[in-house]
Amino acid sequence: MAIKNKKLNLKDKYQYLTRDMAWEPTYQKKEDIYPDEQFEGIKITDWSQWEDPFRLTMDAYWKYQAEKEKKLYAIFDAFAQNNGHQNITDARYVNALKLFLSGVSPLEYAAFQGYARVGRQFSGAGARVACQMQAIDELRHSQTQQHAMSHYNKHFNGLHDAAHQHDRIWFLSVPKSFFDDARSAGPFEFLTAISFSFEYVLTNLLFVPFMSGAAYNGDMATVTFGFSAQSDEARHMTLGLEVIKFILEQHEDNVPIIQRWIDKWFWRGFRLLSLVGMMMDYMLPNKVMSWAEAWEVYYEQNGGALFKDLERYGIRPPKYQDVANAAKNHVSHQAWSTFYQYSQATNFHTWMPEEEEMTWLSEKYPETFDKYYRARFEHWDKEHKEGRRFYNNTLPQLCQVCQIPVIFTEKDDPSVFSHRQIKHDGERYHFCSDGCCDIFKNEPVKYIQAWLPVHQIYQGNCGGADVATVVEKYYHINPGVDNMEYHGSPDHQRWLDIKGLKPLKSNNEKKTAA
Amino acid sequence: MSVNAISEYHAEPKDRVENFNGMQLLYVYWPHHLMFCAPFALLVAPDMTFGAFVDEILKPAVAAHPDAEKADFLNAQWRLNEEAFTPDPAATLIGSGIDHKSMLTVTTPGLEGIQGSAS
Repeated sequence: MAIKNKKLNLKDKYQYLTRDMAWEPTYQKKEDIYPDEQFEGIKITDWSQWEDPFRLTMDAYWKYQAEKEKKLYAIFDAFAQNNGHQNITDARYVNALKLFLSGVSPLEYAAFQGYARVGRQFSGAGARVACQMQAIDELRHSQTQQHAMSHYNKHFNGLHDAAHQHDRIWFLSVPKSFFDDARSAGPFEFLTAISFSFEYVLTNLLFVPFMSGAAYNGDMATVTFGFSAQSDEARHMTLGLEVIKFILEQHEDNVPIIQRWIDKWFWRGFRLLSLVGMMMDYMLPNKVMSWAEAWEVYYEQNGGALFKDLERYGIRPPKYQDVANAAKNHVSHQAWSTFYQYSQATNFHTWMPEEEEMTWLSEKYPETFDKYYRARFEHWDKEHKEGRRFYNNTLPQLCQVCQIPVIFTEKDDPSVFSHRQIKHDGERYHFCSDGCCDIFKNEPVKYIQAWLPVHQIYQGNCGGADVATVVEKYYHINPGVDNMEYHGSPDHQRWLDIKGLKPLKSNNEKKTAA
Repeated sequence: MSVNAISEYHAEPKDRVENFNGMQLLYVYWPHHLMFCAPFALLVAPDMTFGAFVDEILKPAVAAHPDAEKADFLNAQWRLNEEAFTPDPAATLIGSGIDHKSMLTVTTPGLEGIQGSAS
C-alpha cells in the first residue's frame, strides 16, 4: 500500500492511537474482561458515542507535560535560591499550605489511584484513555505540590509528615473518607463523584482560592504550581461534563441513578469545602474574596447555569442546595471556631483575627458575623490576652458520614446545631445534617464501619489514653512546636526574626519549642 | 437500601459498645452555648450515677464558659435522644435509660451564651 502522506492529521492520529488500539474480544466474554461495568445499573448502549473534546494522544501528552515540568522546576529552584519564603505577606499564611499539603495533596494521590482503577473497568476505549491521562495528571499534581511546598519545610514547622498525618489526624479523616467513599464505589459512581461533582461543579472553589491566595500572599512556588496544573484542570472539567452527558444520553434508566449520585456528591463536596472556606476567610493575611462571594460566583451562578443546562436530561439541581446556599454565611466561622479550640491537635497554628480582619468579616458577612460570631471571638481574644488561651478539653461528636464534628447550624435558626440521629439495626448513629443522614440511609452498611477518629481514640486504638499522647505519638505532631496558638509559636518568632522585628531569644534553629 | 456491590456485601458496626472496654459513649449538647463548637463526645462508665456524671464530667467540660458557674444543671431542662427526660441524680446512667451513643440535651433558661449571642 502506497503511503500518500507520511504525517497523520490530528483526527486520524487520535483514531489510530486511541480507539483503534481497542479490539473486540473473540474468545473471552466482554463482561468477564470488564466485570465492574454492569453492577451499578448504568446502561451503556453505544460506547462509540463517547466524545473526547481534547483528542489528546499519549505521545502529545508526554511532550506537553514534560515542557511544563521543566519550566515549573526552574521556578522552584529560583524560589529556593532566592529565599522566596521571606517574601510572603506573613508567616500565618504558611498554615494554609500545611492544611493543603496534608489535606489536599494526598487526595491528588487518591485520585490517581481512583482513575487508574476505574479506567481499567470501562469497555469503551475513549473513556479508558481519558481516565489514564487523568490518573497520570493526578499523580503529577500530588508530586509537584509536595515539591512546591517542600521549601517551606526547611523554614517552618508542621510540614514534615503530611502523608502519615493524612491517615491519622482527626480532621484529615474528612478529606480522606470523602475519597475512600468514592474509590470504593463502582466506576460510574466514581466518575460522577470526582469528575463531575468535584472537578466540574466544585473544583473552582478549591483551586481558585488556594492559587489566588498564594498569588495575593507572595507565594510564587505555589502559584506556579497552580499555573502548571491549570491546563490539566481544564481537561478534567471537560471530562466531567462529558461523562455526565454521555451517561444521561445513553439510557433514560440512568437518570434517577445519576440524580441520586449528584445529590450525594454535591453534599459531600460542599461539606468538604468548609475547610477551604475557613482557609479563605481566616488563614490568608491578604484576602482574595470572602467564602460567601466565592460560593456565589462559582456555585450559585456557574452551578445554576449548569443545572439549567442539564434540565433537558431530567436532572434537577442537587437536593439541599438551598441549605448549602444559606450556609455560605456561616461555615467558615464555624470551621475556624472548631480549629481554634482544638488546635492542640492540629498540624498547624490558629489565632484570632486582628481588629481590621474583624472589620472585614463584619463587612463581608453583614447578616451573620456580628450577630453570631463576633462576641465569641472577642471573648476568646480577651481570654488569650489575660493568659487563658481557650482550648476545648473534651472531644467533639462527629458526623457518621462526613466525619466533621457536628458544628453546623440549622438553615432557619443559626443558634441551633443541625444535629440528626437515627437507630439502625439496634445501634445509634448521629449526623450533622439531613444531607449526611440521607446518604447513610441510602447505604447504611457502607457507613456503619466508618473509622471515626474520636471513637477510635476512646477505643484505645490511637496509641494512648490521653489526647497529648495521641497527638505526639500517633499523629507525629511536635507538641508546642507544630500545634496550638500562632502568637508566640516558634514559627511566629522565626518570622519576626526574618523581618528583623524582634531577634530570637535563643538560637536560629527551626525546631525551637515555645 | 443495601449497598450496590459487585458481590455480597457485609460489614460490622465499628462502634459497638463492646469495643469500648466496659465504658460507653455519651454525647451532650448545651444549646445556646456554641462557643463549644459541637456536642461533646464523652466516655462514661454505664454504672456511674447521674449526679456524679454532672459533677465529675459535665462541669469540667463546660468550665471555660462564662455561663458555667451560673448553670444549675440538675434543675435544668433535659432531653434524652430527642424525648423529654427527668434525671434522677442517684440513678445510674444505664438505669436511667442512657445507653451507648445516647444524646443528652440540656437547656438552661436565662443563660443565652456570651453577650446573648448563643455562643
